[in-house]
Amino acid sequence: MTGLWIALAIAAIAVAYFIVLYNGLIAARNDARNAWAQIDVQLKRRHDLVPNLVAAVKGYMQHERGTLELLVAARNQAAEARGPAAQGAAEGALSGVLARFLAVVEAYPDLKANANFRALQEELASTENRIAFARQAYNDEAARYNTRRETFPARLISGGFQKAEYFELENRAQAAVPPASF
Amino acid sequence: MWEQIRRNRRRSALVVAAMGVLLVATGAALGGLAAQNEAGFLLGAAVAGVLWLIQWGITASQGDRILLRVAGAKEVRKADHPQLHNVVEEMSIAASLDQKPRVCLVDDPAPNAFAVGRNPRDAAVAVTTGLLRRLDRDELQGVIAHEIGHIKNRDVALMTTAGIMLGVIVLLSEIGARSLRFGGVRHSRSSRKGGGGAIVLVLVVVLIILAPLLAQLIYFALSRRREYLADASAARFTRYPEGLARALEKIDASGVPLADTSKVTAPMYIAPPAASRRRAVASWFSTHPPLSERIRILRGMAGGAGYDAYQSAYQEARGGTLMGARTVSEARDLPARAALAEAGAVPAAERARAASDAFLAASGYARRPCPSCTALLKLPPSLQERVLNCPRCGQPLPRAD
Repeated sequence: MTGLWIALAIAAIAVAYFIVLYNGLIAARNDARNAWAQIDVQLKRRHDLVPNLVAAVKGYMQHERGTLELLVAARNQAAEARGPAAQGAAEGALSGVLARFLAVVEAYPDLKANANFRALQEELASTENRIAFARQAYNDEAARYNTRRETFPARLISGGFQKAEYFELENRAQAAVPPASF
Repeated sequence: MWEQIRRNRRRSALVVAAMGVLLVATGAALGGLAAQNEAGFLLGAAVAGVLWLIQWGITASQGDRILLRVAGAKEVRKADHPQLHNVVEEMSIAASLDQKPRVCLVDDPAPNAFAVGRNPRDAAVAVTTGLLRRLDRDELQGVIAHEIGHIKNRDVALMTTAGIMLGVIVLLSEIGARSLRFGGVRHSRSSRKGGGGAIVLVLVVVLIILAPLLAQLIYFALSRRREYLADASAARFTRYPEGLARALEKIDASGVPLADTSKVTAPMYIAPPAASRRRAVASWFSTHPPLSERIRILRGMAGGAGYDAYQSAYQEARGGTLMGARTVSEARDLPARAALAEAGAVPAAERARAASDAFLAASGYARRPCPSCTALLKLPPSLQERVLNCPRCGQPLPRAD
């Protein structure tokens, strides 16, 4: 009789341990997914900001039609990209075009003094930072999830759990560039 | 993230438990002293526990609002100070908070900041106008990240729990000391217990005298530890320890004492509000480690921004370890980033104006431009007159409705 009870107790502990382990994996995966969703929110914010920015500067930058068209095209491409790899590439390109655009703005003192434009600039600067921090938070969470998934004993049951992809900008040098501030 | 919080909290929970034992022991000692029997000990312990529970309940429901009111903090809207709101939002994202904390301003020339909120879903960060006036974006980011670190690590709940214990212990020991002076001795003489009773009495008296001292030591040590941990979190979230280091340097150099120097609120701030701040050595009775030491650790991170870098800089500066191995493994080998290009781009006068305007807007001041000249009037909500003349050009302003 005693032997049976001991066997049952061990089985119960094993089941409880399995549940804790499994739920831990689920929680870590959800954290990573939430962090990923946050990147999307911030990228969407940037997509929404670009048309406002173009509208605000159009009157001042008659001679920069090419730059503005490039900006709109990059924005549209980024908005349409799907999947981490394609998004990473398109968003990296948009970051590059935006940086160039803001360099061009330096030549327009009237524009830089415009209150509306400056408010947009602060929003753009913050959005660039938010994207960088959301990416950083996602990579932190993804690393934590991956480590958890690969370490014993969780790896015995993590067969159904996909490895999380890291979010990288196309150009690694660009990824290392500090979040833009203007 | 949860893993790390749990591990940091385990050690802190032990410390709080030790304070709880001290609290109950003080209560028991006081009860035993008053009644001179076993029931008295039990009753005293129960009373101490209940006192603590009541206080804790009040703080749990009202604490944030009370603290914000005591500090004179006003909630600011996004439109009042977009940059401050943006920095708070950015750091909430970096810390993976579910909910961005509310943003508050305190009108005080001393640069300082604090956070309240018993759980991360309902928290607030407050900064002084003096802080906004002095710091550039990188530095502000460092300070906000430190405060969000407190929120994320649940330090506010921890420190209020411990703070209330300290308060109740001090109260009980005060009562005990008074009754000892004015009558406790007479009771003890009539005690029928003899030698054993005398030893217990001596222990009780020693406990009543030493308990508040011991509780303070524990509380302050806990507070200093949580400050280092919040600094480590700030470095991790910003990936730029130099920002916080520079901010602390400016706070240290300002030399302006904070108007609100209440002892209750002192441990909340990023830097101690009192003049004792300039002391170079960590006193056993200070809520914060010396700023110079915190700066030295942040600067000693050798290009890293993870917990591993903070830990080894901490070891270098102070010896001993701050975090367990599992916590450190949560965020290691993270390179620090470069400075933002903005540094110094915004003129100081403009920053100062934005800071005080934001506080006025948060306090309900109306902004009324003069139609005849360029003056912009900021009118307090208490203003009764409806017809006003512009103080610069003398023309009447349109009526406010």
